[in-house]
Amino acid sequence: MKGKLDDRRPIYLQIKESIEDSIINGSIKVGERIPSTNELAKFYNINPATARQGINELAQEEIILKQRGVGMFVTEVGKEKLIGHRKQQFYENFVIPLKNEASKLQISNEQLYDMLKKGEVRYGD
Amino acid sequence: MEIKVNKLSKRYRKKHALNEVSFELTEPKIYGLLGRNGAGKTTFMDILAGYQLPTSGDVLVNNKNPFDNREISQHICLIKEGSNFNQNLKVKHILNSYSLFYPNWDQALANELIKEYNLSLNAKVKTLSKGMESALGVIVGLSSLATITIFDEPYIGLDAAARKNFYNTLLEQYETRPRTIIFSTHLIDEVSLLFEEVLILREGDLIMHEKAEIMRQGAFSVTGSKAEVEQFIQDKQVMKIKELANMMTAFVFGSQEGVEDTDLNVEGVPIQELMIYLTEKGGEVSWMAN
Repeated sequence: MKGKLDDRRPIYLQIKESIEDSIINGSIKVGERIPSTNELAKFYNINPATARQGINELAQEEIILKQRGVGMFVTEVGKEKLIGHRKQQFYENFVIPLKNEASKLQISNEQLYDMLKKGEVRYGD
Repeated sequence: MEIKVNKLSKRYRKKHALNEVSFELTEPKIYGLLGRNGAGKTTFMDILAGYQLPTSGDVLVNNKNPFDNREISQHICLIKEGSNFNQNLKVKHILNSYSLFYPNWDQALANELIKEYNLSLNAKVKTLSKGMESALGVIVGLSSLATITIFDEPYIGLDAAARKNFYNTLLEQYETRPRTIIFSTHLIDEVSLLFEEVLILREGDLIMHEKAEIMRQGAFSVTGSKAEVEQFIQDKQVMKIKELANMMTAFVFGSQEGVEDTDLNVEGVPIQELMIYLTEKGGEVSWMAN
């Protein structure tokens, strides 16, 4: 979970992303309950309707399942969907800008691969 | 309770405090009422609470005029910046009289808040510090559980911790017992996340009535070379432009479509800044949802 929200972007989106992050990094596991609207509203000091909007989107995308009177739970397919979606975003948000910046700096594809490999070694150390 | 504001105008001698303002607040939500000093916020809240009569037009609450109308005013609680209470009364007498006036009054909540804010029941209002008097206002507003509760800059002298406490209680109450809350303040950064809808007044005119989330989505700034910024903002509503050397930043609202094909740097604009740009002197932009 994020500690603070940014008033410059829609809050419901940040709530949604924050729960998604928690599911992806495993701090909320498949089958576990996610925080309720009330809990989120209180934690972040936000309007409960806004928190609800974020949660409703996750339910619509079937990342979580509502169980009446009990809460919202992370589904098995939900996590897979999220990871698939994030991989697509990774391509758009990281790989494309990386290549754009590389071409601005006249780094060839080969040089870029080398750099990525070097990064791999350092990451593996 | 439905609030319908119809061509509401208020003139003080020659000055227009409100200028044919029309809007509706139909659902129990937390509304932020924003604007510069002298924009007409307090005048509007006074008329809504039945403290003043408009010059022309009207405010109807469930189709009834709130002025001098006990049936309506027992469901409206307005807490102002100061002078809410008779200075010669003791705190306990104030609380007692409000508890008799408001049918939904929650005495348990009032007791709890009095402890929390450390207020002495036997103190006279005139002996209270500014902060303590504000705390009393906040306690009355929250405990009234009035269907329409209006806070007009309620917390002069309250420190940051006490304000935070107030926001928390407000949210807790709102979640279990939804009601219409109208909040007017200059500390926008602190409370903007509480708002579901925002209204902005500028010199007596309503220039914005929009969902807070849509404002966050729609307002942004673009920064880049002057030529590129000018090209991008051609078909946009521009609130403000800043220039430095050959660089330009434009604050706009509208769609961000197409911005990813440019080298422009895009940033969101917080509601507080948006309010400032929209209400700057000479500004003419307005943004209405309905």
